[in-house]
Amino acid sequence: MNATTIPLRQPRRSRRVLHLALILCAVGFMGLFLILPLATVFVEALRKGLPMYLDAIAQPGSLSAMRLTLWVAAVAVPLNIVFGIAAAWSMTHFRFPGKALLGALIDLPFSVSPVIAGLIYVLLFGAQGWFGPWLEAHGIRIIFTATALVLATMFITLPFIARELIPLMQAQGSDEEEAARVLGAGGWQMFFRVTLPKIRWALLYGVLLCNARAMGEFGAVSVVSGMIRGLTTTMPLEVEMRYNEYDHVGAFAVASLLAMLGLVTLGAKTFLEWRHRGELAAHAPGSH
Amino acid sequence: MKVKTLLLMVCLAAAANVVHAANLTLLNVSYDPTRELYADINRAFAAQWKAQHGDNVTVQMSHAGSGKQARAVVDGLPADVVTLALAYDIDAIADRGLLSKDWQQELPDHSSPYTSTIVFLVRKGNPRNIKDWPDLIKPGVQVITPNPKTSGGARWNFLAAWGYALQLPGGNEAKAREFVKALYRHVPVLDAGARAATNTFVQRGMGDVLIAWESEALLAQQEFGKGAFEMVVPSVSILAEPPVAVVDANAARHGNAAVAKAYLEFLYTPQAQAIGAKHFYRPRLAAAAQTSGVHFPAVKTFTIRQWFGDWRQAHAKFFADGAVFDQIGPGH
Repeated sequence: MNATTIPLRQPRRSRRVLHLALILCAVGFMGLFLILPLATVFVEALRKGLPMYLDAIAQPGSLSAMRLTLWVAAVAVPLNIVFGIAAAWSMTHFRFPGKALLGALIDLPFSVSPVIAGLIYVLLFGAQGWFGPWLEAHGIRIIFTATALVLATMFITLPFIARELIPLMQAQGSDEEEAARVLGAGGWQMFFRVTLPKIRWALLYGVLLCNARAMGEFGAVSVVSGMIRGLTTTMPLEVEMRYNEYDHVGAFAVASLLAMLGLVTLGAKTFLEWRHRGELAAHAPGSH
Repeated sequence: MKVKTLLLMVCLAAAANVVHAANLTLLNVSYDPTRELYADINRAFAAQWKAQHGDNVTVQMSHAGSGKQARAVVDGLPADVVTLALAYDIDAIADRGLLSKDWQQELPDHSSPYTSTIVFLVRKGNPRNIKDWPDLIKPGVQVITPNPKTSGGARWNFLAAWGYALQLPGGNEAKAREFVKALYRHVPVLDAGARAATNTFVQRGMGDVLIAWESEALLAQQEFGKGAFEMVVPSVSILAEPPVAVVDANAARHGNAAVAKAYLEFLYTPQAQAIGAKHFYRPRLAAAAQTSGVHFPAVKTFTIRQWFGDWRQAHAKFFADGAVFDQIGPGH
């Protein structure tokens, strides 16, 4: 479609003004609510100079928080990939009783407050919880360890991948998979050769969103963390702790690292989109 | 042969070395405003233990609101020692059988190695002219104090206000209740912990007066410059006694019983008392206050035992579900 083919009722000038106003409005909003706060983080972090900034980052607390954050994401995201694909597959390819319920359950973490998600795990695995006495008798600790952080993060990020995949897989149908089976492909062969290439962009977006949220989650992990510095504090928790310790530069330094991890994720997504722009255009919905 | 003997000797020496310099790890679960205090205490204790026993002690810290921390220990946070804001929170842990119910007899001074009191922090020049408790309920004054449901400091604040009204000539329960109810009408926001409330007042600039631990008020003055805030000592306040205890069940399981006990006893030594004073906690040893150079203003205090019995009774009466705070807190 070409813009010049639309019949023009309005005079050109007022349309221009409208365009300009809308663009200004959007850019203004972005600047005020996205770019300004992001810039503030870096300005505050560097307020006392680069050496202080690097010093704040090099503290053992910051480094262990960074390691833990990356570790939690590295465990939670792959598990969510497996779950997300399995859930999306069963939602779009099978008919079974309770399918609507499964769909609703996938959305549960979106509608439940993260604090409640954390509390659920305390009530299940805490010393006073349902499985607490049994776990304690067997010397297993879950709550207030890194395991609990992974569990809470998985709960919070559960819908991201499945929700990206379901609409796409629904739209694509299963004709190509059926053709592959008829031509003699095995289950895994069909998945890796046919399904995965079809869904890889949606999967990638899901993974990026899931990863960003996994690294940034605060509410749920703060309930199950126990706040043991160097052991169970992820970066968002470390930011709060530093802020509470009047360590202004330290808090913003860790926050800037967290923001940079987010920016790297965003950069990776943009880069991949740019590298594969031709392929993306071909697969865009409505192109066939 | 010779090489083998040499190898054996190296192995033995390495093994002996491991036996001599064990690495011990203690977990101290504490409340919000003690972060700076225990950072220094832990360093001093580790040096002392290393000198006396040759072992390396790492004390890990966990900080949050006192009530939340007690809850976490009950839920399985493996604290070797707890250093909390008030005795009731340790009672709650004792109720689950993790330590003896008469834990308060284990260490001197009701197991409180340092004390504090409740004071006011006001903005530069004291624009609202706040001198004493009644000034907090003057029209238009906004008071910042955290939520007594979650914050230990906030409970001391509550009891300090209640005790003030009670000890006035002609003071009684009904009048104290009226005063505290009026006070909470002046509270625009209830933060979860003492440090969060300090941040609300100091960094976000909300409110005309912060009711705070003396240690928090002195620290805020130090961090943000003497000119920015002024501390006001009321005519009478409460003697706050933050207690410490070994969580026996956890320490025994970790094989830390001896070092945990030594750690808490260390808090009573002149060295640790001086560190406490430096961080604005009133030491039990008067000499330590002098060496620290911190000036603790004279203040007339009453104890919890004087007006409220003990913390269990105070909790049941004021802070339990449906008790006085729920009846007269904000919104009433």
